[in-house]
Amino acid sequence: MTRMTEKSAVIRMFHVHKRYGAKQALVDVTLDIAKNEFLYISGPSGAGKSTLLKLLYLAEPVSEGQILVDGMNLSRIPRRRVPMLRRKFGIIFQDYKLIPTRTVYENVALVLEARGKKRSLIEKKVKSVLRVVRMEDRLTAFPPSLSGGEQQRVAVARAVAGDPKIILADEPTGSLDDDSAAIIFQLLNMFHNRGATVVVATHDKALIESATGRVLHLQQGRLDRPLDI
Amino acid sequence: MTFYAQRAIKDILENRFLNAVTIITIALSVLIVSSFGLFFFNAQELFDAWEKGVRIMVYLEPGTTEAQRLDTRYRLQTIAGIQNIRFVSKTDAMNLMKTRMQRQASLLDNLRENPLPDAFEVTMATEANSPEKVEFLAQRIESLPSVSGVEYGQQWIERFANFFNLFKLAGYGMGTLFFMATVFIAANTIRLVLYSRREEIHIMRLVGATDRFIKIPFYLQGILQGLSGGLIGVGVLYAAFSAVGSQFEQTLAAEMVAIRFFSPGVCVAIVTCGMLTGLLGSFFSLKQFTRK
Repeated sequence: MTRMTEKSAVIRMFHVHKRYGAKQALVDVTLDIAKNEFLYISGPSGAGKSTLLKLLYLAEPVSEGQILVDGMNLSRIPRRRVPMLRRKFGIIFQDYKLIPTRTVYENVALVLEARGKKRSLIEKKVKSVLRVVRMEDRLTAFPPSLSGGEQQRVAVARAVAGDPKIILADEPTGSLDDDSAAIIFQLLNMFHNRGATVVVATHDKALIESATGRVLHLQQGRLDRPLDI
Repeated sequence: MTFYAQRAIKDILENRFLNAVTIITIALSVLIVSSFGLFFFNAQELFDAWEKGVRIMVYLEPGTTEAQRLDTRYRLQTIAGIQNIRFVSKTDAMNLMKTRMQRQASLLDNLRENPLPDAFEVTMATEANSPEKVEFLAQRIESLPSVSGVEYGQQWIERFANFFNLFKLAGYGMGTLFFMATVFIAANTIRLVLYSRREEIHIMRLVGATDRFIKIPFYLQGILQGLSGGLIGVGVLYAAFSAVGSQFEQTLAAEMVAIRFFSPGVCVAIVTCGMLTGLLGSFFSLKQFTRK
């Protein structure tokens, strides 16, 4: 395997450990993710895939080790800068995490509102991404009225609305049927082709077998093939 | 800011019951505290008017000569705290008495000799109007030669002042308690709203919303609750004042006393206090919530 240069890596993890009390969720994970890479992190449930993603957007702090995201050292980032870090990511969750009391349009617009964008720009951008995920005709619908596949497409639209550098997808097809899952992966590939770095955590074996990008395997919090840095 | 205001209004409409409870609580607190305030405001004006009228009657001994009278007047003029001295001769006093007795004045006609003494009516300077100072001055005047006695009919003001001050203190205490209770209730309402929307706030954070973005609508919500509560409280107080005031108007007019409602400036200050209450409620609950 070709060693990644510091310049080409958008995410760097150095000897990262994560503990929840006595339980070791991640053990000595060292990993580089290149710009515009499509990376799969596989492993059984409880292997630490979600934890690894959570550490990247600081939903959880590391117990030991260092993480660099686009040059930002997460151990040294002040609390007030955390939103700036999160704006580098577009995050897709298995349970979609859409706000049920807000319409499809409002859910997607939230990302841009939080960044203080102008209303006219928000409208243009939201309609554009919803068109891409083929949800433009459901602007005023509320998430509970949508199917799982539709909700995940809205979640994808929300994730990409802010033009993030990195898309993190945590079991994005975990609760979807095959057709819906295929659409989600088409969309992820599309955004990857547009320049985004995509990291997908999944335990779906069929998906991993058809993967075109690099696949890393996590087992009991350890990477099977950690990079030697 | 329009965006934040729209979100705050939307939040209020989505949580109508909780917000109504807070607005009513703020309105009641404003009403109770302002009622006390209005009472004190008018009572203080009345009290001030009484205090301004404090006079000491200095009665001269019978048979006081013109020279002794002038000497007493001179001595009174040298006492600090006296604003005005007016001589009331025994004849003037008798005429005044007859005027006041009206129909019974004929009773006085049978007197062989005027029993009333010559006197000085001494008006106190404003800075010497306190009951303690009046008493001190009265004692000093009483010790002057040719003075047979002094009378200052408003000793009861002292007792009233003590009672009034105690009442005022209780009012301040109650006002503070109501303010604290209202802040507590407003804080709890916002906390309940925050709790019901914790998942939404969590999602906002995940998509890169800053604390400011999340908090500002809640601050505005608190301010709007306070504004509504304050306006309702002052409005109800004004309605009650108009209704009750008209009943006593004639009685009070006869006593040359006018009761008044707060000036527009004070009304604005009360409503601002209501807004501050709501804002503080939001501040405390958000502080706790974001610490988690």
